[in-house]
Parts: sequence; structure tokens; C-alpha cells
Amino acid sequence: MSSDTVAPAPRSGFSPAQYAICLNGIVWRETLRFLHQRERFIAALVRPLVWLFIFAAGFRQVLGVSIIPPYEVYVLYEVFITPGLVAMIQLFNGMQSSLSMVYDREMGNMRTLLVSPLPRWYLLSAKLVAGTSVSLLQVYTFLAIAWLWGIEPPLIGYLAVLPALILSGLMLGALGMLLSSVVRRLENFAGVMNFVIFPMFFASSALYPLWRVKETSPVLYWICQFNPFTHAVELIRFALYGQLNGISLAVVCGCTMLFMVGAIVAYDPSRGFLARRGGPGETA
Amino acid sequence: MMVAVEHHAEALQEVASPPALAIDGVSHSYGPRRALADVSLSIPPATFVVLLGLNGAGKSTLFSLITRLFATQHGQISVFGHDIARAPGAALRRLGVVFQLRTLDLDLSVMQNLTYHAALHGIGRRSARQRAKDLLARVELSDRGDDKARKLSGGQMRRVEIARALLHRPRLLLLDEPTVGLDLRARADILSYVRNLVAEEGVSVLWATHLIDEVSEADTVAVLHHGRLLAHGPAQDVIAAAGARDIGSAFARLTEKVTGPPEKPA
Repeated sequence: MSSDTVAPAPRSGFSPAQYAICLNGIVWRETLRFLHQRERFIAALVRPLVWLFIFAAGFRQVLGVSIIPPYEVYVLYEVFITPGLVAMIQLFNGMQSSLSMVYDREMGNMRTLLVSPLPRWYLLSAKLVAGTSVSLLQVYTFLAIAWLWGIEPPLIGYLAVLPALILSGLMLGALGMLLSSVVRRLENFAGVMNFVIFPMFFASSALYPLWRVKETSPVLYWICQFNPFTHAVELIRFALYGQLNGISLAVVCGCTMLFMVGAIVAYDPSRGFLARRGGPGETA
Repeated sequence: MMVAVEHHAEALQEVASPPALAIDGVSHSYGPRRALADVSLSIPPATFVVLLGLNGAGKSTLFSLITRLFATQHGQISVFGHDIARAPGAALRRLGVVFQLRTLDLDLSVMQNLTYHAALHGIGRRSARQRAKDLLARVELSDRGDDKARKLSGGQMRRVEIARALLHRPRLLLLDEPTVGLDLRARADILSYVRNLVAEEGVSVLWATHLIDEVSEADTVAVLHHGRLLAHGPAQDVIAAAGARDIGSAFARLTEKVTGPPEKPA
């Protein structure tokens, strides 16, 4: 047995290269895990595809979409809901990765992450970046299938949508992380579906243009306007056609910051929920 | 009842360097339920300390505090002189942990699990792989690096977790009930491997368990019961102070006097 277990006292602090290694490691692991869990990959694709192939086909005749920015011509209903479905993929992914992190047997994985000596805000941010990367994989696979289905935004849109996807992915992941830390009741995914995903998804511009909502219910219209998910959808919708929706950009940036700061505070050992929850799921 | 013991070799070392782990007056409550009451414990470098306690004694809470899963409410914890609250990075990088729960990623290979952990400590891929290979060789799992963690037996998983905890060359190793659920052979292997780390490499170990037969006469023992530290010192002294024949009956005598968890003072 060599005696290299005991090293000379390490230096204090970490170099930028070490921060980069850490981020890279977390993203790499998250991606590997996602690729290994085939069911999760398939589920993440089937969900929006069902909406696209079945729901949109059925609704095509019922719901006409007039010409509204960023569209310059009449678009089919399936074209209209594609950005909404992209955002839905990210919404599911954000909730799933953040909540599973805490409530599943992944509690152990959360602990191995948090004993890293790097600052906790950095670890949580890296975790968000990793979750967002996974959502990008899902989204681009979906967009490729949608293209075969005849949904063909301009080529430049596929590039322009990338920064929008990163931002919305971060926002929704941070929201999931914040919820996972502060809301005790959301212990299973069904609860999250009912109280977070469905309301956010349906009270948004994902499935119908908001001017139509305004005609039927001004109250609902305002709820949709204040729903950050609406702005994620609109940011993606505009970007997919090479345009920028400034208000949505501002809202998504603001909400991302807000949710992230909230999550970091909630995971702070002295203030966070971990202490209040009554122990680390301990048996001893 | 606290057994205070002078230990000459340890005393000498303590002058030279700060203790591997110093827990000073730590109390912790979950709401009204008090999990730890004024626990003080010091682990000198290169010592094997057994934290002995039944389920619910507060062992896992203590581990959560040392690893800074949550902050200490009262008292101080430091690792080689680095306060876990004020300098968490410096303290955590000197610390290796094996949690009670299995924390390997079952879908990833053994090597992928190890390099992920190395990345969390800022160790690059190449040196991480080399280090991981060395450590796998030492826990006699050299040929399992490319296998999915799922394929390993319970004892093998534990050995990988110990290798993982040593990747960043910590000088203090914490193990929370590391042998639970293992067969006799695997238990003995892991115990002797960790004891070797102490004897040959000067690693300090805090080994939490409820299994009395894991204590050897030469160990330092800390008895935790209902959140209180009832005894702390070399096993022989703890046995003598309790007026018992062996550590098992010493533990029984110490713990039978204390019934019910301590109430939190209003």
C-alpha cells in the first residue's frame, strides 16, 4: 500500500480551471444519466409529440389563428403550438430534474453533490446548467421530428432559438429547484403536475394566442400575462423566427434571477429547508 | 457521565497539529425535538474513533452537521482547524464521507461514478482516472471499473464508495453505518481496510455504528445515546469506568440509565 492517501495540506480556494472541471463533470453526468434512462428520453419526446400529432390535428379546424407577430402568414395550428410544446418539454424537464433531486432516492445524490467543497451557489448553478443542457437535447430532437411533420421554421431560427432555450431552461429549472426546497407538499410528481405544470401550461400562450383569451376572459388574460411561462413561450416563439421579444426577454431574465437567488437562499444550510424538514431522511 | 481520558501519544500529536475533527458543544433540534445535546468530541490525527449509538441516537444528525448539509445551531465544528461554518470549502476538501444511504449512480459505470466525484473536487479527468485506478486496485476491484454500479454486490458498492471518498486525498474519513446490510465477510473486509488506512496512512476515521462487535479494544469509542455523548475515550477506559467486562456490557450499562430523549429547555 503506498502512502499517497495523505496529501500535503491543500491550498485554499479553487482555480477557475477547477470550477470549469466541476461544471463539466456535473453536466457530463447529467447527460449520461439521461441517455442511459431510455424511458425518460422516450417519455420526454412522446409527450409533446402526442400534442403535436393528435391534439393539434384535432384542433386545427376548431381554432383558427390569425396573423400575429412573429408570423407573417397564416399558420397552421400545429405550427402555432410548436414553441409552446418546446417550452413544455423544458417545463417538465425542469420540474423533473429538480424535484427528483430531492424527493427520490436521489436524496443520496444530492448529498454527494453538496459535500463538494466548491461554493454551494456554484454547485446549484452547475446543476441548473446541466438540467438545461439535457432539455436542449430533448428540444432539438423534438424539433427534428417536428420538421419531418412539416413544421419548418427558417433555418436561422434553429440557431437563434438556442439562447432563448438556454434562458427559459434555466428559468424553469430554477423554479423547480426553488419549489423543491420550499414547498413541502410537492413530494410526488402528481402534485407537481396538478399544481404547477398544468396551471402554468394552460394559463399561458402555449396553446392559444392571448388575444383570443382576452375576448373570453380578461381576468384569465392577465393571469396569462403574469405567468412567466407565457414569456418563456413567447421568447422561444419569436426566436424561432429570428426575432426578439424584448418584454419576454426581460421577464425571463428577471424571473431566472429571482428563482435562482431564491433557490440558493433556500439551500443555504443555515436558512434552508433541509434543516426544517426534520432530518436528512435519517434512520439513525 | 463523561469519561475524560489522557492519552499520551495523542496529546503529543495535538500540540503539533489541530485535531482532525473537533466538535465543540454542538446541539441541534428539529423543531421541538432535540436530536443532539451539547456534544463535544475530538479526533486526533491518525485515530480510529467508533461512534457507537443505537438507531435514533443522533449519529446521522451529527454527520449532517459535519458535512454541512445544514448549519450548526449551537456549537462549533472544525476539520483540521477549519471551521465548517466560516470556511466550509477548506473544511470539506479535507473530508471524505461514506453516507449510510447508497449514493452510487447505478446507471453509470464504476469509473464514471469516480470521475464524477473527482470533478466535484476540481480534479481533472486524466488525473482522476489514474487516481481512481489506484484506489480500485486497493479495494480489489480493478477489473470492475467499466461495469455498471448496478452489477456490484452490496459489499463491492461500499468499497467503491470508500474509494470514492478517498479520491481527493482527505485526511479525515467519515463513515455512517458503512456495514449495514452486508454479510459477515464483507463487513470484516471493509472494517480491516479502513483500519489499515488509519494504521498505514495516518488517515483519521469516524466510524458510526450500532454494531458493538465492530469495536476493538484499541479503538477510541464515543457513546452517543438520545443525542447525548455518554462516554468518550479509549475502549478499555470506557469499559473500566462503566465497571463492565466488555464494551457490549459497558454500552448496555451506560445507555440503560438514560431513558427518553432529553427535552429542549424552554
